[in-house]
Formats: sequence, structure tokens, C-alpha cells
Amino acid sequence: MKIAVCVSHVPDTAAKINIGSDGMSIDPAGVTYVVNPYDEFAIEEALKSKEKFGGETVAISLGGDANKETLRKALAMGIDNAVLLKESGYRDSLSVSKALADEIKAQGAELVFFGKQSVDFDNSVVGQLTAELLGYNCISVAVSFTLDGNKIICEREIEGGKEVVETNLPAVITAQKGLNEPRYASLKGIMAAKKKEIIEKTPAAAANYVEVISMKKPASKQAGKIIGTDSSAVPELIRLLREEAKVI
Amino acid sequence: MANKILVFIEQRNGLIKKPSFEAAKTAADLAVKLSGTVESVTVGNEIEGLEKVGSYGVAKVTHFKNSDLANYSPSAYAELITKFVNENGFDILLFGATSMGKDLAPRVSAKLDAGLAIDCVALNADGNDIVATRPIFAGKALVDVKITSPKKVFALRPNVFNPGVPSDAKADLSVVNVDAPNLNVKVTEIKKSEGKLDVAEADIIVSGGRGMKGPEHFHLVEELSQILGAATGASRAVVDAGWRPHGEQVGQTGKTVSPTLYIALGISGAIQHLAGMRSSKYIVAVNKDKDAPIFQIADYGIVGDLFEVVPAMIEEIKKIKS
Repeated sequence: MKIAVCVSHVPDTAAKINIGSDGMSIDPAGVTYVVNPYDEFAIEEALKSKEKFGGETVAISLGGDANKETLRKALAMGIDNAVLLKESGYRDSLSVSKALADEIKAQGAELVFFGKQSVDFDNSVVGQLTAELLGYNCISVAVSFTLDGNKIICEREIEGGKEVVETNLPAVITAQKGLNEPRYASLKGIMAAKKKEIIEKTPAAAANYVEVISMKKPASKQAGKIIGTDSSAVPELIRLLREEAKVI
Repeated sequence: MANKILVFIEQRNGLIKKPSFEAAKTAADLAVKLSGTVESVTVGNEIEGLEKVGSYGVAKVTHFKNSDLANYSPSAYAELITKFVNENGFDILLFGATSMGKDLAPRVSAKLDAGLAIDCVALNADGNDIVATRPIFAGKALVDVKITSPKKVFALRPNVFNPGVPSDAKADLSVVNVDAPNLNVKVTEIKKSEGKLDVAEADIIVSGGRGMKGPEHFHLVEELSQILGAATGASRAVVDAGWRPHGEQVGQTGKTVSPTLYIALGISGAIQHLAGMRSSKYIVAVNKDKDAPIFQIADYGIVGDLFEVVPAMIEEIKKIKS
């Protein structure tokens, strides 16, 4: 079975985010980029699936040359092949999904993993969009995954619990934290990844339907009152919450 | 453009979810501003009180009904809504950005070849356009976007849009019985966390961090939560340490929340945690370290030992409640 995993290259969650001088993008100065944290669960699940069912794994990423770093990380963890869909400009979620769907089809992958969302633009939709474009079944925000023959059973996280979802291959699964424990790349894996070729392709152009008008930082919050340094401050705290904030 | 707006009304267990009323009110307001029309659609089996959407300004609700649709089926729900949109020429769709809405909206959007903006915190009419504001980087920044495709899909972050005061109006209900829905993807069972409120849905959240010093002390967080009717949250550090389940994690790789009251106990306030809760209306912090970043965004702080302060809080609130 051919298994694909789609990965994105995003600012580290510890990074401070500043708006660029155009007022429409993020200033990359001083920002460290990493593998999107949720994609690590997707990579791990792709590797586990290959170990269990055999086949071949491919990691796909859309973006600039910097994304090769994330693809190398996937290779180092054990993914067999990597494809970079070269794109230097802006693409909205649907336009990204069209490029990914084309490549997944070209690869003939029947089982595809994504992270449930990238932690930059927080859309949480590319997995579902890509599945629809491919005509594949899709389960998002999975915290468990089992495949038996053609049948897939996942648990997905919902408000106040989980729902058990059933479907069949071909399918797209988007990974939530808790799905598995991503492995560390071995030294051997890291060395081997350095020698592997990352295949570069140019995706077909696709229109953007979502136009960015501007970006800004949220209004900064004023630091409030320090009420005290021990339990003697508690009655005053509760009074403020009742009378000033009116929340309890 | 005709500005025909459709709102998706989400039900679970036959009950309408609150974010759907928020979306209904927002859609009704938009219809006025854009000189458009608004109606709503839902999918499920028996659903209680559907005519209530009328009290939020949406005069019509179409209910696609089948006993196999009581639980969510992404394939069936997406197919039914898409068909309904195409047959009736709706061009603006609103969903609540709940776990169902975030799953369903993109499926419908792909089928319609429509642009979408998910997790919006503001929708403003600008002439005949809609400008949507969405948090990115878990709230470290905000982006304003405009959708340019003929059909447009928006999902609204729960607890942000004010549903207003409901009127006495009742919506007209039209029930469409569905034959053989597409159940290619189907929820077969719902496993509820034992009597627990989810951080994504709570009005009040009490969260614990590394300052709790161990999983054995989280009963303090739980007691305070319980007495306030709050959800229990946690920082990434304590989830990664295995003290708490990841479903409770608040922050950039957990849930982004905006409750009315957020109480942070022993949480220093790493940038990824602050991003996920800074839009809470009121923030209370209890921490030993006066330089903890959490105090920079807290409305009320106590710089002290939480093992002394929290039991006093529980006692004080008990006094009030009795």
C-alpha cells in the first residue's frame, strides 16, 4: 500500500510573532521554523502503518526551499521518499489542497495522513478539503487509528468526549495529539536522510479565493492588580470577581 | 449577488448546540446589512426545539431527517447540505466552528469550490463584501480576509458572537425525509468523558500548571472547578508530563479558549499558553513567582503559595454559595 503524509513547515510555538512591514504577512526575522507539531503524529502513524501493512511511504510538502528541512526530518524518522511542491507565493487552503490532491493522485496513495491543523494559520481544513477533492473518505482530529482489511475505525476528539468513526479506504486521516508517541530520528536515519533526494515539482496554478487584507497583533492586555501575597487576599479577590467582574 | 445566507444548525443527541444560535443571530444581522435573506438547515433524527432558531432572527429551518443521521456522518451531512445549497442558490454559508463545524465546513466548501474562513471572531459587512477576522498562530496575531469566490463559507468561533436576547418568534419548520443517506463515513458511538465539561465549551476554566507539583494535587483544581461549575484545564508542561489528559490542554498545541473567567493556578505563562487563553474576558493568576509572564495579562493576581490560596478560595466560594 502506498501511504502519504502531508507536512508543513511552521514557526516554532515558542516564537514571538511580529507583523511584516507590508502589514499583510509575518516578519520571518528571528523566527525558528520547525515541523508542524501535529504533523509529527501524522508521520509516526504513516510509519506505523507501513510497519504493519507493508508498502511505501512518501512525505509531501508545499512551499519554498526551507520546507526541505521538514521533509528531511520526515525522511530521518523513516519516511521512504519526499516531494517538495515548489511554491513561493501565497496560496489559500483550497488552493494548497488542490496541489496536494494532484500529487497524492500521482503517487497513487490510498492512505493519507495530515496533522489536524498547522500551528501557523490554524485553519484545520486542508486534510478535509484534500479528501473531498480526491473523493476519499476522511476522519479528522483522530486520537486513535486502526485499519483492518479495508475498514478504518478511529476515535476523534469532540467537545466533552470522543466519537468512534468508521469508514473505508481510500482515506485521509488528520492527526490530533494523543494519536501516538512520535519516534525520534536515529543517527542512522539522519545520515541516510541527508543522502536522499527530495523530488521537486511545480504544482499546477490554482486560484486563491481567500484574500488577505491585513494582519495585526491583538490589542495588548493591561496587566491588572496584584491583590496580595497569601490567602488573606482571597476574600478581596472573590469580592472583585463578584462585584467588579460579575463573573461568579 | 443575491446574498442568500444559510446557517447550519448543529444538533447532538437531538439538542441544538449553543454556537448554532450565535451563528443564527450573526447571519440574521448580516442579512440586514447586506440586504439579503437568511434561512437555516439541520441534519439529524428527532431534534428538540428547532423552531427556536426563529427567536434569533432566522425564520425558516429545513430539517433533513433519517434515523441513521442521529449521529454525525460527515459524508451524508456534507452531501445533503451541498445539494440543498445548489438547489436553492445560497451564496453565503455560516457554521459554528465546533468540532463538527470544523470537520463539515471544509467538506461542503470543497464540494462547492468555495473559499472558506474558519474560526472567525468577527464578520463585518464592507459594502457588499464580508470582512472576516480570524486569529492565527493561536491568537498571537489576527488576520482580516475577504472571500472572492461566488460562494463563501464562514465558521464562527464559539463563545465570541453574542446571540443577543431571544425573541418569541418561532421558525417555520420543513422536514425532508432522507432516503438512503451516504454513510461512507459514520459515527457509530459517542464516548462521553465522565460528567466533565470541556474547556472549549466552558464559561469558566480553572487550569493547573507545573506549580501544582504533581498529578496528586490536581484534586485542588478539580474541587475549585466543580464548585464554580467550571471546566478543568492544564498547561502543556503537565500534559506532556502525563499528569493530565491532552483533552484538557490549553494553548497553541491544545485548545484555544475564550471563557468569561480563566483561573490559572501555578502556570507561569509560556508564550504558547498565553496565546491560547489571552482572549478570556477575566483572568486570575495564582503563582509564587511575581515575575511570571501570566501576571502581565492577568486582571487579578495573587503572588503566593497556591497550596494555601486555593483551599481558601474554595472555602470563600462555598460561603457565598451556601
